[in-house]
Amino acid sequence: MNKETTMESPSSDKLARQDAAVQKRVQSGYKEGFYTDIESDSLPPGLNEDVIRAISAKKKEPEWLLQWRLDAYRKWLKMEHPNWAKLDIPPIDFQAISYFSAPKSSVNAPKSLDEVDPKLIETYDKLGVPLHERERLAGVAVDVVFDSVSVATTFKEQLEKVGVIFCSFSEAVQNHPELVREHLGTVVPAADNFYAALNAAVFSDGSFVYIPKGVSCPMELSTYFRINAFNTGQFERTLVIAEEGSQVSYLEGCTAPMRDENQLHAAVVELIAKDYAKIKYSTVQNWYPGDEKGQGGIFNFVTKRGACNGFRSKISWTQVETGSAITWKYPSCILRGDESVGEFYSVALTNNYQQADTGTKMIHLGKNTKSTIVSKGISAGKSQNTYRGLVRMSRRATGARNHTQCDSLLIGKQCGAHTFPYIESTNPTAQIEHEATTTKISEEQLFYCQQRGISEEDAVSMIVDGFCKEVFRELPMEFAVEAKALLDISLEGAVG
Amino acid sequence: MTDKHQQHDTPVPGESADNALLTISDLHARVQDKEILKGLNLVVQPGEVHAIMGPNGAGKSTLGNALAGHPKVEVTHGEVLFRGRDLLQLSPEERAGEGLFLAFQYPVEIPGVNNMYFLRTALNAQRKYRGEPELDAAQFLQLVKEKMKDLDMPEDLLRRPVNEGFSGGEKKRNEIFQMSVLEPKLAILDETDSGLDIDALKAVAEGVNKMRSDDRSFIVITHYQRLLDYIRPDVVHVLADGRIVRSGGPELAQELEKTGYGWLDESAS
Repeated sequence: MNKETTMESPSSDKLARQDAAVQKRVQSGYKEGFYTDIESDSLPPGLNEDVIRAISAKKKEPEWLLQWRLDAYRKWLKMEHPNWAKLDIPPIDFQAISYFSAPKSSVNAPKSLDEVDPKLIETYDKLGVPLHERERLAGVAVDVVFDSVSVATTFKEQLEKVGVIFCSFSEAVQNHPELVREHLGTVVPAADNFYAALNAAVFSDGSFVYIPKGVSCPMELSTYFRINAFNTGQFERTLVIAEEGSQVSYLEGCTAPMRDENQLHAAVVELIAKDYAKIKYSTVQNWYPGDEKGQGGIFNFVTKRGACNGFRSKISWTQVETGSAITWKYPSCILRGDESVGEFYSVALTNNYQQADTGTKMIHLGKNTKSTIVSKGISAGKSQNTYRGLVRMSRRATGARNHTQCDSLLIGKQCGAHTFPYIESTNPTAQIEHEATTTKISEEQLFYCQQRGISEEDAVSMIVDGFCKEVFRELPMEFAVEAKALLDISLEGAVG
Repeated sequence: MTDKHQQHDTPVPGESADNALLTISDLHARVQDKEILKGLNLVVQPGEVHAIMGPNGAGKSTLGNALAGHPKVEVTHGEVLFRGRDLLQLSPEERAGEGLFLAFQYPVEIPGVNNMYFLRTALNAQRKYRGEPELDAAQFLQLVKEKMKDLDMPEDLLRRPVNEGFSGGEKKRNEIFQMSVLEPKLAILDETDSGLDIDALKAVAEGVNKMRSDDRSFIVITHYQRLLDYIRPDVVHVLADGRIVRSGGPELAQELEKTGYGWLDESAS
């Protein structure tokens, strides 16, 4: 089944203003360990096997990993850029990108917050980001951000006590090569798709998480607290392994916008849940969306997939996507283990000229597997917001169940909301439910709020918050509060 | 045809128009290019309850919407003074802040936003407008609990999303509940009685009666006399074809109940 529902109106509306002209930047003052070697150099733009060999050599990688990268690259060369999404992607010159840029040193970084784009500071004010965190987020050249380092150190000690490994991908390759080798590419194969293959060939760094058998990770793991979190660059790779009976909650990203000079981001995330293991993966993505005229902004082409390999394992994706000029992202679950559970909760907001084509895939292989999809799309300005989701019930998936709820909210008259649910079932005992709604914030709703004394802007924020409630309550508490603030900022000027 | 610029005689003697809560002069308004109000005059003194009756299509709801500032109602001529201020210059939320409340004929649903949160946001927005300190969650809860007890409202109503899944009667009672928390200077009840059974009607009327005071006025818009058995008005007006064509005491409502609105056609022809 492939059904499209579209609501669009060509008539003119007040042009949306967007002030979140903010950028993220990969920067850190952390200069320890083997990074020192690479600090001083970066590779010239261009992509070929020598570049990949150079990346691998700089990272002192074992031969098998180099071969894995090269294999991915050779397959990538034969692949075509995906064009099936409802996205208008300008041509990307892959030879014009530098695939290894060392962490930006202090040379080009702003010397103090006074040199940072005032709009960025304004956004921090609205989000209530503490002063000492702002410098780090804005990429101010401070030698070491002592607070975060000390926090991270304490954090690491606590994790070590219970045997949890949480480190950069590069460190994991050096210190736990057997774990990396056993699991890398088992969920997202090296040549899974165009951008996954590109990532496999050139990935710079990322996160590695290993939760030993029976361990409930004592705290939420956040990239925010990982030393080097901002060194990971545009081709980030994350691998989370949850052994039998373990549990972990992983927070990716940070609600506060950061400076970023890379336009193309192609990350890969692999999650592996063994018997009875539970992984909760939450993302808040707030990269630079481009200006109100549609200039600039990040292209975010991500492959995220989790494998529920074990009996009664569970993987839950929660995402709040408000940034990027183009988002192409389908966090998925392969429900291989019997009675395993997959969940996808998503809020995707687009404003101005942003485009998002996002959703999930729930692949039911095991018996009595269960999946839940809750997708909330909000379109404002002249943006296009698409939900694309696949629910597949294989022949073996006896008694499998899926419930999908897919709601779109339109603000203004020039935006579009689109829904493409794909449902494939080869097992007659499987149950699939799909609900979809498309609504607009009505004049009557706004007037009702205003009549009670609430301004139009606050009314929109309240209505949007209500619309997203089912997803927000899946987020860790402090993330939920920030996510709400973030939506308010992203929607500023959408009505008025 | 009745005099175009008829002023009704206010039955409260000795009050000059200067002290009036609301003064509407020669109000003309249209909705989507159709003129609905055609020179309406009305003076409401503090503490008064005015009933506006009239046939369907006379402009009763448009009057309420025009006063509250509905974007679909375009005022083309006339003046409205509310507590001495030019009401038509204010945004809908400013009018609310000044103390004008409209109980909607069809209260709107706001999915996912709980009633308690909505009402607290509204109350604090109004308090902020008036330069009063905002209420914190505990203070608000206490206020709301008192009001709920007064009005005998079901407890779960506060935790439910605004009007979502409410029955017709619950929606109307929720309007009255909001009114009691917001404590307006002027409450306009737009056909609050429509679609209510007798018990709900009594509950709504009781809520209104409890709020009657010397410094709070009501405009009760209704098609039927029934509500006025429970909310006794000081003045009754008949609105027809965009103008007030007759005003009188409560007995006028009784008379209309007997005669209906058919006589309007006869007097117009």
